[in-house]
Amino acid sequence: MTPAAQPAALQDVRGPSALGGGTGRFFTLTWLLSVTEFKLNYFGTVFGYLWSLIRPLALFAVLYTVFTRVVRFGGEFEHYAQLLLLNLTLYSLFSEATTRAVRSVVTSENIVRKMQFPRLVIPLSIVTTGLLNLGLNLIMVLVFFTATGVGPKATWLALPLIVAVLVALTTGVSLLLSALFVRFRDVFQIWSLVVLVLFYGSPVLYPVEVIPDGMRFVFFVNPFVPLLEESRRLVVDPTAPSVVDAAGSVFGIIGPAMVVLTVCAVGLWTFVRAAPRVAEEL
Amino acid sequence: MWVRAVAERPIAIEVEDLHKSFRMPSHRVSTIKERAVHPFTPIEYTTLYALRGISFRIAKGEFMGIAGRNGSGKTTLLKLLASIYRADRGRLRVAGALAPLIELGVGFNNNLTARENVLLNGVMMGLTPREARRRFDTIIEFAELEEFVEMQLKNYSSGMSVRLAFSVMAQSDADVLMVDEVLAVGDASFAQKCTDTFLRLHKEGRTIILVTHVMENLRSLCDHAILIEDGVIELDGDPADVANRYLEINFADRRPGPTPSASADGAGGVVGRIAEVWLENSEGERSLGFQHGSPIRVVAVIEAKQAIERPGFGFEIRSSSDVPVFAAPSQELTDSLEPGDRVTFRATVANPLQPGSYVISCGLAQTGGKPIHWRPRVTELVVWGRPQSGVVKLDWTWELERQPRTSAVESARE
Repeated sequence: MTPAAQPAALQDVRGPSALGGGTGRFFTLTWLLSVTEFKLNYFGTVFGYLWSLIRPLALFAVLYTVFTRVVRFGGEFEHYAQLLLLNLTLYSLFSEATTRAVRSVVTSENIVRKMQFPRLVIPLSIVTTGLLNLGLNLIMVLVFFTATGVGPKATWLALPLIVAVLVALTTGVSLLLSALFVRFRDVFQIWSLVVLVLFYGSPVLYPVEVIPDGMRFVFFVNPFVPLLEESRRLVVDPTAPSVVDAAGSVFGIIGPAMVVLTVCAVGLWTFVRAAPRVAEEL
Repeated sequence: MWVRAVAERPIAIEVEDLHKSFRMPSHRVSTIKERAVHPFTPIEYTTLYALRGISFRIAKGEFMGIAGRNGSGKTTLLKLLASIYRADRGRLRVAGALAPLIELGVGFNNNLTARENVLLNGVMMGLTPREARRRFDTIIEFAELEEFVEMQLKNYSSGMSVRLAFSVMAQSDADVLMVDEVLAVGDASFAQKCTDTFLRLHKEGRTIILVTHVMENLRSLCDHAILIEDGVIELDGDPADVANRYLEINFADRRPGPTPSASADGAGGVVGRIAEVWLENSEGERSLGFQHGSPIRVVAVIEAKQAIERPGFGFEIRSSSDVPVFAAPSQELTDSLEPGDRVTFRATVANPLQPGSYVISCGLAQTGGKPIHWRPRVTELVVWGRPQSGVVKLDWTWELERQPRTSAVESARE
């Protein structure tokens, strides 16, 4: 034995945790699992990845028809089609990733109970899969915008900032829900309802201008108001009012920012606390 | 021998006073509604003490065996070592990297091909993706699955996927490997390959922890073994001693349950019946398990309903595959029985039986052989010890006698 091969010192085994087990392995695992998930999602389907594009597009087609032909609402706004498509693309990252993340720790029971690995990998890999989808979809959306004369613009380069905040929010919610679901299986049902309410409670189908005075509180609590409004200004219509203008107060930015930070902190705290015992409680 | 080895080598794993219990809600409340509807009903828990103060040491490079019956706490111990569970109390220290899996094939995805699974599993075992790709050919070659690399795992036979999983494990760089009952997988030649791999890893100085129910493996592979029974260490020491103790507690204290055919045949005929049958060891204690070589006593209680003149009693031993091993000819009892008489019949049988399980059937007959009561498979019999092939182990001796060479030498000269 060479002198270099010194016997390793004894170290305490502290049990499972949310993080821990080597950063290299943490990132590789997250990445590999999300790529696998991405591949498997469309595995065995004829159209493969196209499905992740067809779904939002079909939803877009239905909503666009309804709001321009039937309700005759969207027609008044400039570039309503582009705005709707962008909003749907961004919101679907949140709704799809969180809905899948709720049950993720429980459906990964097999590896959770039989392998040591940082538990955070599970919800994070789901958000990463969502991000991969979003990235590809955004490219398609921006190609469509260019074709319809809404770009390209230099401000598109700032879009990743919006996406970063969106991903932070999605991650915080995913951590919270996946940890809670281990103990309370109702969380899944509750969350599918919340996603629906939030869809109509956020300026996805409509621009912020139409939010009535009686509903102004959403400006100060719903992070999707500034997220979608700012992405609209960056990508579709630079003349649209900023959130601060629309809300009439700087709290239109500060309020939602606090919500995002709180959700992330609570999500992380809940998950880290639950992680050591999660294998026993499944 | 192992004591000396432990003293000389650095410690790889040290466990001190390890406790682990699980709280099982007697009535599971897993919905918020239930919690809201009955907010003041305390959730009742039953606490299961899986490990109750375990301490042991494993020296670096040791091949350590863990034996114990189902539910004794072996897997809990492995999961604590692997950081899958958190201990309630006690200290657990490990030197170097520990393989994160406690079972083969964890994390395999049936919808992925062998190639993708190997990559994923390699990363789970702690390799970098590049390293996993580099070792891919070695892994596939070892598993002898070159033709099936691009096949989805769901189309693999169970033997094939275990081979694949074992091959990935064999490429692990971990200093300490934990394996739960793997040598029984695959065909004989692959099992041998697994054994060889363990010995190679052992030679390289890795510490190996093997959980097994096969005492033969414990004896032949391990340097050191512990026996866990009911959450505590029953024995820590030489594998041969541990193996013997394991078999002893597994079989020797198995108390006979209700005889399986009691309801079907327990009634007997109008003349009389065999009321009860059990086995005793040489100390006269009821038992179902006997060490090879130690005599077996067959005890039967016979009841007469009518007068029976010199009844005959016989029994038969069959192997678990229903091969008749021995039939004791019907033995005429010297006494005649009056109605209501109860007699106990005891037969002592030498035990040259191979380790394994057997069943015993008994019959009661009238003089002349007319059957009164036949109780098939009335009790089970387990013989433990070191198995060899054949039905019985016979005592045998041998000698060698050299013949004079003359004839061979002469014929060569011609």
